[in-house]
Amino acid sequence: MAGIGAQGLDSGKNILTHMGKFRIERTGGIPLSLFLIVALPFLGSVLPALLIRAGRNSAYLSTAAVTLLALVGLLLNAPAVMRGETVTARLDWLPGLGLNANFFLDGLGLLFAGLILGIGLLIIIYARFYLSREDPMGQFYSYLLLFQGAMVGIVLSDNVLLLLIFWELTSLSSFLLIGYWRHLPEGRQGARMALAVTGAGGLAMIAGMLLLGHVAGSYDLTAILDQREAIQASPLYLPALVLILLGCFTKSAQFPFHFWLPHAMAAPTPVSAYLHSATMVKAGLFLMARMWPVLSGTEAWFYLVGTTGLLTMLIGAVIALFKDDLKALLAFSTVSHLGLITMLLGFGTKAAAIGAVFHIINHATFKAALFMTAGIVDHAAHTRDIKRLGGLRKLMPTTFTLATVAALSMAGIPPLNGFLSKEMMLEEAAHTVWADYGWLVPTLATLAALFSAAYSFRYVAHVFLGPVRDDYPTEPHDPGAGMWMPPALLTLLVVLIGLFPMAMASTLVETAAGAVTGGQVQQVHLKLWHGMTPALVMSIIAIAGGVVLLGAHGWLDRVWNAMPRPEAKEIFDALVGAATRASRAVTDTLHDGSMTRYGAILLAFVLALTGYAWFSGTLAAPTRRTMEIAIIPLLGWIGVILATALVVIFHRNRLVTLVLIGVVGLVVSLAFTYLSAPDLALTQISVEVVTVVLMLLALNFLPRETPLESSPMRRMRDAALSIAAGLGVGGLIYALMVRDFAFPTISDYHLANSYSGGGGTNVVNVILVDFRGYDTFGEITVLGIAAIVIFAVTRAVLNSPVRAYLLNRKPSEPQSGDAHPMIMVVATRMMMPVALMVATYIFLRGHNLPGGGFIAGLIAAIALVMQYMASGFSWAAERLRFPYSALIGSGVLVAAATGIGSWLAGKPFLTSAFGYFHFPPLEKFELATAMLFDLGVFLAVVGAVLLALESLARFAWRPGIASEFPMDINPAREVEETTAEEAR
Amino acid sequence: MSHLVILPVILPAVMGPFIVMVLRHHLSLTRIFSVGATVALVAVSLMLLAKASTGAVLTYELGDWPAPFGIVLVLDRLSALMVVLTAVLALIVLLYVIGSRWDARGQLFHALYQFQLMGLMGAFLTGDAFNLFVFFEVLLIASYGLMIHGGGGTRFRAGVQYVVYNLVGSAIFLFALGTIYAVTGTLNMADLAEKVAALPAGDSALIRVGAVLLLLVFAIKAAVLPLHFWLPATYANAPLPVAALFAIMTKVGAYSILRMYTLVFGPDVAVTAGLAGDWLLPAALATLALGSVGILGARELGRLVAFGAIASVGTLLVAISMFTQTAAAAGIYYMIHSTLATAALFLVADLVTERRGSAIAVARPMPQTGLISAFYFAGAIGLAGMPPLSGFIGKLFIMDAARTDPMMTTIWTVILVTSLITLVGLARTGSILFWRPFDPANGFEPRAEEPEEEDNHPTWVMRPHPRTLPFVATGALLTTLGLLTVFAGPVMSYAQATAEQLFEPSAVIDTVLRRP
Repeated sequence: MAGIGAQGLDSGKNILTHMGKFRIERTGGIPLSLFLIVALPFLGSVLPALLIRAGRNSAYLSTAAVTLLALVGLLLNAPAVMRGETVTARLDWLPGLGLNANFFLDGLGLLFAGLILGIGLLIIIYARFYLSREDPMGQFYSYLLLFQGAMVGIVLSDNVLLLLIFWELTSLSSFLLIGYWRHLPEGRQGARMALAVTGAGGLAMIAGMLLLGHVAGSYDLTAILDQREAIQASPLYLPALVLILLGCFTKSAQFPFHFWLPHAMAAPTPVSAYLHSATMVKAGLFLMARMWPVLSGTEAWFYLVGTTGLLTMLIGAVIALFKDDLKALLAFSTVSHLGLITMLLGFGTKAAAIGAVFHIINHATFKAALFMTAGIVDHAAHTRDIKRLGGLRKLMPTTFTLATVAALSMAGIPPLNGFLSKEMMLEEAAHTVWADYGWLVPTLATLAALFSAAYSFRYVAHVFLGPVRDDYPTEPHDPGAGMWMPPALLTLLVVLIGLFPMAMASTLVETAAGAVTGGQVQQVHLKLWHGMTPALVMSIIAIAGGVVLLGAHGWLDRVWNAMPRPEAKEIFDALVGAATRASRAVTDTLHDGSMTRYGAILLAFVLALTGYAWFSGTLAAPTRRTMEIAIIPLLGWIGVILATALVVIFHRNRLVTLVLIGVVGLVVSLAFTYLSAPDLALTQISVEVVTVVLMLLALNFLPRETPLESSPMRRMRDAALSIAAGLGVGGLIYALMVRDFAFPTISDYHLANSYSGGGGTNVVNVILVDFRGYDTFGEITVLGIAAIVIFAVTRAVLNSPVRAYLLNRKPSEPQSGDAHPMIMVVATRMMMPVALMVATYIFLRGHNLPGGGFIAGLIAAIALVMQYMASGFSWAAERLRFPYSALIGSGVLVAAATGIGSWLAGKPFLTSAFGYFHFPPLEKFELATAMLFDLGVFLAVVGAVLLALESLARFAWRPGIASEFPMDINPAREVEETTAEEAR
Repeated sequence: MSHLVILPVILPAVMGPFIVMVLRHHLSLTRIFSVGATVALVAVSLMLLAKASTGAVLTYELGDWPAPFGIVLVLDRLSALMVVLTAVLALIVLLYVIGSRWDARGQLFHALYQFQLMGLMGAFLTGDAFNLFVFFEVLLIASYGLMIHGGGGTRFRAGVQYVVYNLVGSAIFLFALGTIYAVTGTLNMADLAEKVAALPAGDSALIRVGAVLLLLVFAIKAAVLPLHFWLPATYANAPLPVAALFAIMTKVGAYSILRMYTLVFGPDVAVTAGLAGDWLLPAALATLALGSVGILGARELGRLVAFGAIASVGTLLVAISMFTQTAAAAGIYYMIHSTLATAALFLVADLVTERRGSAIAVARPMPQTGLISAFYFAGAIGLAGMPPLSGFIGKLFIMDAARTDPMMTTIWTVILVTSLITLVGLARTGSILFWRPFDPANGFEPRAEEPEEEDNHPTWVMRPHPRTLPFVATGALLTTLGLLTVFAGPVMSYAQATAEQLFEPSAVIDTVLRRP
């Protein structure tokens, strides 16, 4: 793209070539200028946005200077192009995809780039005087330059993908320009409609261009243009053609996509004049002309392009006659003229293509001038409504002259340039046969020309002629030179091209048409008088008919307004509105926030896919014999199932559910014991105790029962899903258990190396702290984070209005009054040293016998939790002198430090070392770095449990809850009882 | 012995507890250390990228245990890329958070942030399936903490759904790992690759269940339809800068799919044939469609971007689920883009939400509209995948790669049509937010009309003191999109080399299993 081009040229060149991926080439013309021409508007777009702070003139002059510079750069290349050379500049950007920043300048590119920059310059001048003081002018010029750059990029691209980028950029930048007057609803809606329609076309074109590139084997335009036969023979030709044409038709406002253009007229008039006469809408025409050598000449091309153009030309002309808004009239006339050019391109003959090119020039000149005069009228009279105008001839003579000349050119009156190209169009139409109907095209073309003449006359007659009125919104007057000079310049061109076509335009038309038709530059004869040809007859009919129509306009207008017409904007708005509402309905229904439904969908989907996976595979016969069923495991099995079933039945009662889940955990730990897995059993039971305690604490703040939420139907659904899932998991586990591993497992290695390599005989512990110590490191972090999150949540809750609720909370049931029973207090305090001793013991023996840091941590935590439970939080907290979060942090850090310590020995993270020591009188004992790691685990576990406990306990805190007594019996109890009795 | 490979995990893993332990009462100190650690992370990750870009595969055997028996970290092109992407994104988002003072609205933000980074980095670097599970847990629990940072009823409610849904995912992950281990007897990814390829046909039903369960877990993480239900509410209700960081989280799922389903359950493996692509591609297309529809229908800006995240994951998985080398390369490029673009738009959404509330409706004009609207425009172009930003190039790559796919027409149609829907939705939102003028008749009474005497007790007005850092951070993120566009050539050739490495995994396997 352009930015890269520029970067590649100056600062970035060394870096880019260094990468070996970028390659810059250029041939012919002025070196580098193609990149510069494209890049200048983009780079320059920053200037007005910044310089506006230095005043409106600075912004304006910088914009004009940038455009002028680009125009000069272009004109320097013009002689070479006129000689028939092609200027190219290439920069490899994405060779892998075939998307490269390749530009070339031929006749067609020169014509369009000249129009874009030349008219652009006039528009910039015009806009300076058009925009009012309230309009942010810096933004305007920035957007305009962005748009200008994108347009220049389109017409100079030698790569269709690059062209696509610029293509969509014009849609985006024109969105900003059309919506420039953001306070106007029409502006916003018009901008969105334009973006939607042209954006959609652009997206279709992406597909089309990719197909085209696929067929041609390259995305470079010059390469594609050489492959006419291959492309037209391909089965992908038709889809590619249709998709590309969709892009062109939407951009160039061809029927039935024409409806966005009039609504884009909500933009300031300079924008309309620029985008909707000279440039953006011509992009579609440009592309059709550009692709003409490869795509045209087929039946599909003729019928698609020719017919669309013909219809658009006619429909646009008819509607234009009945528009009362000056800009709407001009908008539909633009639609009509774009149709005319499209039709000529669709005919597929060289003569028609020449006519098309010529009319592009002519239309750009007179239409831009007309838009500018419309803007002047609007500016001066403060209305664009034709019905409120008339008689301006005397009040605004300069404007009147300019508008009349331009309008007559549009009507096709000799000797103006509009006449010349319209003659060429009628000439081509006269001998074009549409599906055996020889009369069809000439008749419709004449009819369109007739309406075209009528609305052109109306523009002059109903605005400028007639009596001077006394009810204009403001007193109209001619504008300053800044506003009338640009249209005057264009009008001058209109006259000069009309009078001296050969001198003024033939070379340009020749080179451009040569580029369109594929290389050969033939002599073009442009002249006013061809003799008494059919075209002249048709022209005369059209002009005469136009005058008649104008005379009958009052009557026709009433008929037209009485007729029901499809209103494109309403249809479009209804469509978009419906789509938005449908989207809302879909997303809101799908995402209704029901967790059970999300879960049900998840489960159903998982079941379906695993079911498919299972049944599409094969399963060999079991390799293991199942064991006899003994009575003890059977009892445990029944116990688990019973407890689970009871959970389902009593699930609304939170306390009962918790107790039952505890039962399940207990049976599971028994099962571990039975199956000789003491480590697991110890872990399971201590985890069980801690979680149940924490959950009980949490339940304290919840209602006893959960609300009844599910309907019976939903419960049926959930039951079915749960049963299926449970059976599935059970079946899967069964299938796994009756089979051996397909390969020797890694656990054999663990068993063999536990003592020799890990220094411990308890393989489970060695796996935890050594073989997979990294996993454990991760898991203690998880535990620590979980506690921190609980802490953060409680803080957030307590900082919110919920705090007031908690403070004023009344227990739902009468409390025992014995908050800290003496027996329990005594018992827990006596057990505390014992429990800590056990924890130490479990910790120390962990490496060789069941135990370890995790279990020890839980046991120590339970010992402390008991103190909190028995003696109250405040009492216990006073006696613990370090913050729990620090405990967690230190745990993780100790574990990490142990791991990092092994770096000192040149070993990877968490490599363990161990040795045996003998200090008399102790027996020989082992010291391992793994124990240090385990210490980290221990600390993290203790810290996490206590932080969670502390956080939850904060909910219960209220003033005066702390007891002054070491073992308190709630002193309030007696008082309460007496008051209760008194009350009785 | 180079410890560089593990540094991206260790650095945040040490910084997190350090903040908890030492710095928790000093916000400014915490910020300094947090930024410092993240800058170091960026530096380390760039060094890793430099190493991996040569095509070398670096391994790191934890505890010095040889490969299939201990845990091994593997750095190849893909993991290096993900690490860099995460680190850069994390740094920018962190600066935004500090600038917008989001970190002061709750407890221990920076510690959780570091833990989140630890989880992400661990997941990207590990070469062990169970270790992947562990780091999924780390990032899940840390992300939960970040998600509910700042508190509030709606946020907590969404948070519960997020964590419950993902815990179900974790349970499925365990089932998957149990199944896979019970069949193959190993959990090292490279070792699994060999074992699964050599698996007797009689075990195919079991391994297929394991493989598909694993895929489902990753699909939950990536938020593929119909397993995406956790995402919209989570992202929309999380602090929006956090949601910006979460843009990388869905990519963890996508990364894992790409990793496991090229290395272990690759397209050529007989026993698990037809498990992934057949349903993943349609699901990805549906995800993309739903995402764009959600954008069009969104009523809140955060939710809009959340659906944008879903759409971008859809596009990404379209590329991945074709399981070809070119498509994977396109997907990798798009993955970089969509992460940065989604994050950028989340930051823009926060800029807007902080000033005028989250609803997409007319409201009082906000300060700094000009710059924010420019940011929105750029971000929206990125999210919609329009030119000139990298999303367009990414989509072109994906469409180009789909040319050989039997579902080409569908893929192209869905991508293009959803682009249009997204475009319309974003244009509509933008014009309401930035263009439609505030009209007192709409029921919003402007504060200016309040009685003068209230000036003595100024009411709180939505006009935060303008801070520069959030704008710098947002601008930086958008700049990365620009750089990704300009340097699309080199990035794409890296992506292609990455895809090559993924689809020719023998070198990785040999390196991990220490064979010459």
